[in-house]
Amino acid sequence: MGYCVPEQSGRNAIEVRGVRKVFGSGESQVAALDTVSVPIRENEFFTLLGPSGCGKTTLLRLIAGFDFPSAGEILLYGDDIAPLPPFKRPVNTVFQSYALFPHMTVAQNIGFGLEMLGKPKAEIKARVDAMLKLVKMEALAGRRTSQISGGQQQRVALARALAPQPKVLLLDEPLSALDYKLRKEMQIELKRLQHETGITFIFVTHDQEEALTMSDRIAVMSSGKILQVGSPWDIYDKPAERFVADFIGETNFLTAAITGMGNGKARATLKSGATIDATVAEGFQPKDNATVVVRPEHAKLTKGKGDLTGTVENVVYFGTDTHIHVQLDSGEAFTVRQQNTRSAGCGFERGDKVGISIGNDAAQVLRD
Amino acid sequence: MASSFSIKHQPGFTAIAATCFIVLYLPIVVLVVYAFNAATSTSEWGGFSLKWFQSAWQNTQVIDATLRSFQIGAIAATLATIAATMAALATTRTAAYPGLTFKYAAINQPLMVPEIVTGVALLIFFSRVKIFTGYSGLGYLIAAHTAFCIPFAYLPIRARLENMDLTLERAAADLYATPWRTFRRITLPLLWPGILAGLMLAFVISLDDVVITEFVKSGGQDTLPTYMLGQIRRGITPEINAISTVFLLLSVAIVTLFFLISRKRD
Repeated sequence: MGYCVPEQSGRNAIEVRGVRKVFGSGESQVAALDTVSVPIRENEFFTLLGPSGCGKTTLLRLIAGFDFPSAGEILLYGDDIAPLPPFKRPVNTVFQSYALFPHMTVAQNIGFGLEMLGKPKAEIKARVDAMLKLVKMEALAGRRTSQISGGQQQRVALARALAPQPKVLLLDEPLSALDYKLRKEMQIELKRLQHETGITFIFVTHDQEEALTMSDRIAVMSSGKILQVGSPWDIYDKPAERFVADFIGETNFLTAAITGMGNGKARATLKSGATIDATVAEGFQPKDNATVVVRPEHAKLTKGKGDLTGTVENVVYFGTDTHIHVQLDSGEAFTVRQQNTRSAGCGFERGDKVGISIGNDAAQVLRD
Repeated sequence: MASSFSIKHQPGFTAIAATCFIVLYLPIVVLVVYAFNAATSTSEWGGFSLKWFQSAWQNTQVIDATLRSFQIGAIAATLATIAATMAALATTRTAAYPGLTFKYAAINQPLMVPEIVTGVALLIFFSRVKIFTGYSGLGYLIAAHTAFCIPFAYLPIRARLENMDLTLERAAADLYATPWRTFRRITLPLLWPGILAGLMLAFVISLDDVVITEFVKSGGQDTLPTYMLGQIRRGITPEINAISTVFLLLSVAIVTLFFLISRKRD
């Protein structure tokens, strides 16, 4: 499992402590954030991931200062910034709609923050030039923002937010308005910018693939709560809860009886009768019936016997791989993803009696 | 291609449209044509002449009234636009709350209350104030014009504000701009076409007003429209046509100017 986590200084750039945000009052109160606590390390690419309405944007707005928490603290290098207005926080935002000033040129947009900070003209010019170079927009410095393409606007928005050298850069779904190819390009571009500037990035997205490919760490959110924080590898392979496992990628859920614990692993007896070793989610409370998850690509389909047995229901070809949907004899459904080779078909057909073997490190017991 | 039904092509529509345009514009055309009449009549043509323009130009009462109209219009429109801008900001840069609709209604009240009612009310009110303060200058007219011009200035400004992306102001605050600098550098420049539109509209409305002015003015405070009304009572000469023609050109020029400015700014 060679996931490489870059070196961190270990200092926290942002520390969210017990933050609650309640909208409305009385009966119609809604908690957009329900007592959220999370440390975000210096110089990391941190992603808030979740479906719309999960509170990720609310948390970002609280850090930016566009809204104030109902309770709790937001520490920026140890100082509580929660009560400060946005213009007093050394934190800048890249907006989903970019929010470029239409009556200013590209260069004026990028220089705006420095100008408001009262920097001398020469310094602003030098910094704007450096930013234009960083996002490769030198040629368009004098253009109006309405005269450049969406991808270019995106770059200007990034340059504008990076120009004042904020301690933390907030990105509110900045890639969602771009088409697929441009989005892929900008993902790489963002990683490069983060690496070159050494600024802590807090990135909000609902796109799990984007989160997995870009982040150092991900916080998965749902209904105003953070369910799990970890590296993309942790989140994908060691989901703590059903929601996390379900939201990120595809997965198989199996009911199992936990028959033994030890060494961070559990002995799980599946409905088929087979007993497998599985890793255990943090905070798991021993109980009789637990849910075990297995990713479709971590299981192997065989013609003979396996940990599970069943009948092939459907075979779906995806180009790079094939998804084989199996109806297990226990009544549960299970999908196996098998990498395609060029010469041979997948080797299974609808109606085949098959066995499924689950590898030693393929299963994880959820805490809920 | 008579088979497809189109709401645009219905029997009689052309005739109705033509009638409307004729009723609307023919009298104006006749008025303008007779401004160049050499005769003293406004209905019998006596040859082409510019003498009525000349006579209007030399009529000190006309010049006085015109200057007064412009003075009142300029001051009232400016004051109304400032008030309208503040009102528009206050009613759009806020979450909806109970009573907000009532405030819209209060701001737009001059559009709904019959002018004659406002005129009479102001006449009574100002006559008391006059007795109390002894002041009888142009201030009353300016105050009255400011009041009824506010909704006309308010509407285009509010429309502009409502179409403005709020995240722009948020972005400015995020980039260290204080609320005042956000207003100066972002909101105001983007709002400017709306403010200009409001100003011009208010000015034209003030210039054009008869009813309220007639009630509120003191002796010797005729504006151009009330002067013309007074003249017509004494019998019409083509001089009135000439004044109207100039007035018409001015209004068209102002409206065109404001249209061009607002289009360029977009």
